[in-house]
Amino acid sequence: MTKQKKWLLSCIVIAVFLALVYFLEGIIPSYSNWSMLFTVLEKGSIYALVAVSMNLVNGFTGLFSLGQAGFMLIGAYAYAVFTIPVAQRAAVYQYFDGGLIQFTIPVFFAILLAGIVAAIFAFLIGLPVLRLKSDYLAIATLGFAEIIRAIFQWNALGPITNGSNLLRKFATYQSALFPIIACGICIAIICLLINSSYGRAFKAIREDEIAAEAMGINLFKHKQLSFVISSFFAGIGGALLAMFQTTIQASAFKAAMTYEFLLIVVIGGMGSITGSIIASFLFIACREWWLRFLDSELYIGDFQVPLLRAGFRNVVFSVVIMIIVLFYRKGIMGTREFSWNGLLRWFKNLPGNIRSIPGRLKRKNKKEAQINE
Amino acid sequence: MNKENVLRVSDITMQFGGVVAVNNFSMEVNKGEIIGLIGPNGAGKTTAFNCITGVYAPTNGQIEFDGNVIISNYPKRKMAKIYKGENMGKYNRVIAPTPDKITKLGIARTFQNIRLFSQLSVFDNVLIAKHLHAKQNVFSATFRINHKEEKRMREETMALLEEQGLEKYKDDVSTSLPYGLQRRLEIARALATNPSLLLLDEPAAGMNPQESDELMEFIGQIRDKYNLSIFLIEHHMQLVMGICERIYVLDHGIKIAEGNPSEIQSNHKVIEAYLGVDE
Repeated sequence: MTKQKKWLLSCIVIAVFLALVYFLEGIIPSYSNWSMLFTVLEKGSIYALVAVSMNLVNGFTGLFSLGQAGFMLIGAYAYAVFTIPVAQRAAVYQYFDGGLIQFTIPVFFAILLAGIVAAIFAFLIGLPVLRLKSDYLAIATLGFAEIIRAIFQWNALGPITNGSNLLRKFATYQSALFPIIACGICIAIICLLINSSYGRAFKAIREDEIAAEAMGINLFKHKQLSFVISSFFAGIGGALLAMFQTTIQASAFKAAMTYEFLLIVVIGGMGSITGSIIASFLFIACREWWLRFLDSELYIGDFQVPLLRAGFRNVVFSVVIMIIVLFYRKGIMGTREFSWNGLLRWFKNLPGNIRSIPGRLKRKNKKEAQINE
Repeated sequence: MNKENVLRVSDITMQFGGVVAVNNFSMEVNKGEIIGLIGPNGAGKTTAFNCITGVYAPTNGQIEFDGNVIISNYPKRKMAKIYKGENMGKYNRVIAPTPDKITKLGIARTFQNIRLFSQLSVFDNVLIAKHLHAKQNVFSATFRINHKEEKRMREETMALLEEQGLEKYKDDVSTSLPYGLQRRLEIARALATNPSLLLLDEPAAGMNPQESDELMEFIGQIRDKYNLSIFLIEHHMQLVMGICERIYVLDHGIKIAEGNPSEIQSNHKVIEAYLGVDE
């Protein structure tokens, strides 16, 4: 396929997808089971954005950073605080006399501000922390994320952050298209960055710090750059998540949230943007939709299906993740990216691959038998 | 031939705790010369290299490049008490740049145990070295504002690969190349930073005689082509004696001899260091 053809095909697919979402949104009523589809699409795309931003640091620059939830928290709060209508502030900040800030800014600028504030925090945190290596960096960033959460819950900051109470009634979006398009644009920018000269410098740092430095790449500057850009998009992700949830509370942005993104990045493949996107949609779809039925008791006639009860979903989910990690050691995509040619090849080879499964299993058994002998 | 100094190393001492790895080492590289540094294992050759490239800040001493002082240091505080090297008190400035700044000035290096970007392609390996002198910032690079710059980088990389005979491997993963070509790729990558001084750390290590003969010829070629001065560490005596104009010999961190190959070959101190003498 030529380059123009691929571009055209990509544009058509994206346009058809957006049109389909718009169309389905009009006809699927909110009470039907299928409305879950939009939850998955919205939350999935927000998670995809944060996962890709985490992949930029962890997968492409090779820094083991676990601060993502903290930067999302900053983004979410920066967005929410500045978009609660002045008339509603008295109700929201009921324990703090209507709060300190008595103006609002337009949604677009508020989202941008969310990213910028997160980036500024990342810059300041990065100054001491990015001199550390591997596990120590992970511990330090994790610690900072927890500190940020604690500070946002602090009562003395109540006039701005509303202490440990909910923030609500801020501006949200109407259509599922909003988060999808916003996240799409952000991910596209990250893609462009990774394929630029700076992206190559990040990869060089991941491969070999000493060699990268000898090639004239300033380690600290480039690590700081990657960390700040990643946090910028995590902040935007946080703002979009706030819009999706319609209420936010600092206590929700725990370390467990960072681990969700880490899980997505690892399952998708460290160093693959496509992998992170696929994995986040799968993750959200499994957790919110496809495995939901496992949590409710099911009767077939008079017979109650065993094991199905509240919480069983998590058991199955864990097993699914273990299976994925066992069979895809480097994640679903490894370090590969999506391409039309790759997709065509995959479809072409699919029948052959399926047919060869019994043979491969037989060979494997034979080998094991030989080893046992 | 003009005797213009490119690199002048003065009284470099590198002390790790109580161990003096390099003691009071001075040397110079003139423009267009090929200089060798030899010595038995553990003599401090690579440490001297690491001092010049900014990996270590020397404990004492000064390094000039193109007439400017680029590295300078003197023992301070605790080190001033336990310092065992010579020429203490001669220097009183601290200039300790990181390796990337040294590379930017025009000193490129290769490594003793090949350090390629292992998961990246041959082409990308060289292209990364072009990042250093690119006229761009994050925004212009991300949004392809001056894509001419990117195009120029790619063209220069391709030209360099063609010169080194690596163009047919350009999409291969760098570590899949045969050993000799990996060495050559590492040199190509160093050349991509537009250096005026090239430091080669054991370029012929692990090569068979034929490969090292080719390498010898190759080093001469790139010297002439890129107008380089070359400073190399090597154990293959045949190679060192064949191409180096002057040779420095280190033993236990101390310079024991310097001179042209024939002088070194007949120097009894060098023979003693390598072979030992009968009591």
